[in-house]
Amino acid sequence: MPQIKMSTDKLNVYYGESHALRDVTTQIRAHAVTALIGPSGCGKSTFLKTLNRMNDLEDAVRMEGKVYLDGEDIYGAQMDVMQLRRRVGMVFQQPNPFPMSIYDNIAYGPRVHGIKSRERLDDIVERSLRQAAVWEEIKKQLYKPAMGLSGGQKQRLCIARALAVEPEVLLMDEPTSALDPVSTLKVEELLGELKRKYTIVIVTHNMQQAARVSDDTAFFLMGEVVEAGATERLFSHPANQKTRNYITGKFG
Amino acid sequence: MRVNEKAVNGKIIGRDWNVQNPWKAVRVKGPVANPAQAVEKAAEVIFCLCAFTAVAAVCAMTLYMIANGVPAVLQTGLKEILFSKTWNPTAKEPSFGIFYVILTSIVGTFLAVLIGVPIGLLTAVFLAEAAPGWLAAVVRPSVELLAGIPSVIYGVLGMMVLNPLMYRLEQKLFAGSKTHQFTGGANLLSAVLVLAVMILPTVINISEAALRAVPSALKASSLALGASPVQTIFMVTIPAAKSGILTAVVLGVGRAVGEAMAISMVSGNVVHLPLPFQSVRFLTTAIVSEMGYAQGMHRQVLFTIGLVLFVFIMIINGILSRIVKGENQG
Repeated sequence: MPQIKMSTDKLNVYYGESHALRDVTTQIRAHAVTALIGPSGCGKSTFLKTLNRMNDLEDAVRMEGKVYLDGEDIYGAQMDVMQLRRRVGMVFQQPNPFPMSIYDNIAYGPRVHGIKSRERLDDIVERSLRQAAVWEEIKKQLYKPAMGLSGGQKQRLCIARALAVEPEVLLMDEPTSALDPVSTLKVEELLGELKRKYTIVIVTHNMQQAARVSDDTAFFLMGEVVEAGATERLFSHPANQKTRNYITGKFG
Repeated sequence: MRVNEKAVNGKIIGRDWNVQNPWKAVRVKGPVANPAQAVEKAAEVIFCLCAFTAVAAVCAMTLYMIANGVPAVLQTGLKEILFSKTWNPTAKEPSFGIFYVILTSIVGTFLAVLIGVPIGLLTAVFLAEAAPGWLAAVVRPSVELLAGIPSVIYGVLGMMVLNPLMYRLEQKLFAGSKTHQFTGGANLLSAVLVLAVMILPTVINISEAALRAVPSALKASSLALGASPVQTIFMVTIPAAKSGILTAVVLGVGRAVGEAMAISMVSGNVVHLPLPFQSVRFLTTAIVSEMGYAQGMHRQVLFTIGLVLFVFIMIINGILSRIVKGENQG
């Protein structure tokens, strides 16, 4: 039995009147890539944002149920949200480096968490950029503005930035949807490497991508998890008719 | 027929905007065809005339200031006027040194910006990032009202409220001093405080707009790394808005340098080295207070002071357009 890194229990989320997530009970395995698939507006991004409490920032959002990280309730009173977000990092759909140098982008997180030593920061910057498979391409321009990089490089920089604070879980919200095919491939290859060290949850619109990169898949529809399980099984023998329709492209 | 002429049944009935250069009118051949077209033509002429009013005013003022300000410089010498410390225009052997006046304007503006910008910037941060809706609905109209209050009202308040308080402070600080010349509270510090409040609306409005323009994705990225909201504001949002904030500072400087009425009422109006508890005279207040009676050379030197002020404003505008240009390129 593999270790469970995160889990949710009867998770319900409301945005004002709309019921965005309904009774979502799932488990996310450690050191695996879990893909969240489903049509637009099905709640998969909302689910992702409950895992590091980025949903707290939205207006008029209400939540019921539990979310656990290593068995600890992340919405519990003792939970330090800043620490939680350090442990559960996030990469967004649009590559969005800060308007500063490449080096400062990566060093931002560690600095925020109190690391000042130049040597340690140098190490972290190199390690993170290597992990994100972008070190060789940009190691000569560390002190140049990150805005000057290509889209694919920017996104890998953002991945490196998220890795710099040594998270345990990495949430990725359609990380390749703004990238060209070559860059997409690079990011996908990266995921296989990263899961050795991290637990990864990735939202994707692209079914082939889910099939290629993930170990587990959860299919969301109208705020509910219709089916979840090992990716290979789910794509070859979907148990639910709706899942079959979706993955064979009959709707969505 | 040229591409940008309008035609019906092959007949040219009017003209269109020049496609390459919309501001350059395209000439029509032949007489004006109908009344509707004449109205169009007249409207265009009126627009053009209106647009040139501002240009004409700037040109006229520049020429006038140069024509009136330069003779004094030629006669007395630029160095003598700008760097001599004695201002005694009505003496038998008059001296026209405006060094202290220039220094007062620079120091006064600098101090006002030093006080006003942090307060204004933090107010902008509060409005853009932190304030709950109802509180923003109280603060924002107050800021707008502050911008609309005539400067003479600031002066009156400064005179009636700030100066007496300042006088008390002065009496405490310099109790028993034989050398200090008591000002009744009308001193540089009073003027600086009034100026600092006067530049607040400019600084607040422009920095708030700049802060709001920072993409929310940047803030989200920072928060997702475990940064606190305050860390995010100071380490991501403000740096990302820096060119807008710089614009706010420069416009604040412009407002402070050009202000005359309020500070002429609270600053004591004596030419002195600008020290906090001394009465001082600014470039603007020198003109306001003396133009009424000045004659001959004295009057001409006042125009030179105006010219110096003019140069200051030109420099500020130059810096501003640089920032805006840098923004567009970056």
